[in-house]
Amino acid sequence: MTSSLLFNITTFGYLISMLLFFAFLASRVKALGTAGIITAYGGLVAQSTAIILRWKESYDLGVGHAPLSNLYESVIFFSWTIVLIYALLDLKYRYRVIGAFVMPFALLGMAWAQLGLDSGIEPLVPALQSNWLLYHVVTCFLGYAAFAVACGISIMYLIKAGHEGDQNKNSNGIIAMFPPIRVLDDLNYRAIMVGFPLLTLGIITGAAWANYAWGTYWSWDPKETWSLIVWFVYAAFLHARFTRGWVGKKAAWLSIIGFGATIFCYLGVNLFLSGLHSYGGSR
Amino acid sequence: MSNDQRKFLHSLWDMSSSLKLTMFLLIALAVLSIIGTIIPQGPPPQEYIAQISPNKLKLYQLMGFFDMYHSWWFILMLYLLTVNLVACSFKRLPHVWKTITRPEKTLSTGLEQALANHVTIKATGDQELMKTMVAAFLKEEFAEPVVTEINGDWHLFAQKAPWCRLSVYFVHLSIIIIFIGAMIGSLFGFKGFVNIVEGEGVSKVVSNSNKEIDLGFGVFCEQFSVAHYPSGAPKEFKSILTVVENGRPVPGYEHVRVIVNDPLTYKGITFYQSSYGNTGNYFFTISNPDGKNSVPLTVHGQSSVNLPDGSSMHVIEATDDISQYVQGLSGPAAQVEIHPPNGASEQFLVYANHPELNIRHAQQHGKGPVLDYKGAEQRMYTGLQVARDPGVWVVWLGCALMVAGIFAAFFMSHRRIWVRIQNGTVTIGGNASKNQAGFQVFFDQLADRLKTKFSGEVR
Ligand code: HEM
Repeated sequence: MTSSLLFNITTFGYLISMLLFFAFLASRVKALGTAGIITAYGGLVAQSTAIILRWKESYDLGVGHAPLSNLYESVIFFSWTIVLIYALLDLKYRYRVIGAFVMPFALLGMAWAQLGLDSGIEPLVPALQSNWLLYHVVTCFLGYAAFAVACGISIMYLIKAGHEGDQNKNSNGIIAMFPPIRVLDDLNYRAIMVGFPLLTLGIITGAAWANYAWGTYWSWDPKETWSLIVWFVYAAFLHARFTRGWVGKKAAWLSIIGFGATIFCYLGVNLFLSGLHSYGGSR
Repeated sequence: MSNDQRKFLHSLWDMSSSLKLTMFLLIALAVLSIIGTIIPQGPPPQEYIAQISPNKLKLYQLMGFFDMYHSWWFILMLYLLTVNLVACSFKRLPHVWKTITRPEKTLSTGLEQALANHVTIKATGDQELMKTMVAAFLKEEFAEPVVTEINGDWHLFAQKAPWCRLSVYFVHLSIIIIFIGAMIGSLFGFKGFVNIVEGEGVSKVVSNSNKEIDLGFGVFCEQFSVAHYPSGAPKEFKSILTVVENGRPVPGYEHVRVIVNDPLTYKGITFYQSSYGNTGNYFFTISNPDGKNSVPLTVHGQSSVNLPDGSSMHVIEATDDISQYVQGLSGPAAQVEIHPPNGASEQFLVYANHPELNIRHAQQHGKGPVLDYKGAEQRMYTGLQVARDPGVWVVWLGCALMVAGIFAAFFMSHRRIWVRIQNGTVTIGGNASKNQAGFQVFFDQLADRLKTKFSGEVR
């Protein structure tokens, strides 16, 4: 068994899981939702095994390092954290439908990594040879994943809130399957409550690493700045609930915008802005 | 103070302590920060200036867009954020402080109605006995209660983790501590850079603001080396440094290995491996395409030389053994860059053992001269980032406080339970500052257990 075969199985599993959740939404047959979550758990186990296997494979190649060093590995890890956070949320609250809005993110990551990215195991360049890499990447991505889940929940919130008026005539539509908007609002807040401390830790470990490796904990590099932008947006979200006129839909939009900024911070900065500040390939 | 003045101060206070301002500042900071990630920071490069119109350039310079995170308006926003933070805290802290230090110890009907969770149980028997039992029950199941008697009625109050209401204020305080740490660093620290040639030493460095800084000791570079992976990718940049003070090497600071991600610190000043290069000479010959008229050409370190056809050339990198990068080739080779007087610059490899490749390259690119590489006299230098930042520990303290504060603010809850025993009824009420849903489950179980106790023991 190789890690890449297992990653393919994972991708397939997430696809099936997503389709099952869609079918569950459309048909309201409970068993489909249960099958969807079980497939997602199965995919999570396969993916965890694959990540550990790839770690081991890198040692067999003599360049041993945690599988977090290039875009392929980070996209895979991102996808893993999304399913992990979703699984934890499911264990605690058991709102199955959320899977239909979260699994697509995980599937998208896996499909992109498997089809479009170079999967070679590369040795680490000097800038990445540090334990800080592990602390920094793990905390950041767990935070990003919680924001992805919050974004999925916020989309559900906006759909549900948009149909609030005609709930009576449309009581057996798909939307009636959604948890009540008060519950969605609460779940959104809880997901961000997990993501915000993790992002804070991610920024701090990044700063600590930069200070240890270069002697500056903050240099306003585009990646750093964008992580701070994301942090500001979610700080605004946290304060929205204490501010009249900001609760409900506006807060849901903040959560979606926050995730947009998160994705830009993760991918957009490298794709669009890298020409301006090269970072010695350290991120 | 006149009435108008008082009104003005009042509205100023209201504004600085409003959460609407907080929302505005946080979102504005997020949006404005984008500018500096699109416009290059620092002195704008020539290519960038050529791209934009002179008016735009003037506007950008006027607005400080090329150093926007230190521009007056960005700093002003950070000051406003601080003022907002402090004002908000002053406004709310007294109330929170009172909740913590002087809690409501009796369950009035008004309070009862205001609580999200309350249950009334019928119970007959001796009130004093019931009070003792409920007190023991609360102590066992929750926390030790405070008992108050009012007109023969008994009130019990118990709480857990009241101080966690303060955690938000610690989060906010931590932001200010981080600002203070950053200020200490910029006032009393420096960041600089120094190149040290192998076998030489320095006792001064140049700071990023172009000031010469005396280290107070010397740093010698014994050796610099680069290691590669089999694939040719860089594996390690390594300097061997020795600290010298009063003409003698400092014990414990001799032949210290400094690599990327593993710096050297002496007397609060830290040296980080950052770049490297060669200041030695590179030797070439330059000849006609038929191999005649060969003349030697020496390139010194990083500098450029002019070629006979008017173009300039410099060496980017050189190796003694090309076989580790290109299979099937051997011997020394140099990667050079040529800037012709007109047209685009070009990078290519020049070999020592493969003159035919050098001729082929010259033929493919017009009838220019043929370059041959003869090897180099390597004299490596190491490029070190140098920094001293006495504020960094304050920043880390702020960060630790922030993380602890955020965790406490989100995952801890101030939970309160009141019980009133009055005229054959026991009323229990409670609330929590966080996670109301979780508290409700806890509260219902507590009330149920109390109910069973009464049906079992008192009746
Ligand atoms: C101008 C700046 C700020 C002001 C005036 C402000 C004010 C406030 C206020 C009044 C609360 C509500 C406290 C309560 O009644 O429970 C609060 C909560 C909070 N603030 Fe801020 N804040 C500011 C900036 C920030 C920033 C930059 C952060 C980032 C870490 C932050 C983190 C928090 C957290 C984590 C909470 C608790 C939220 C919750 O429990 O849901 N604040 N802030």
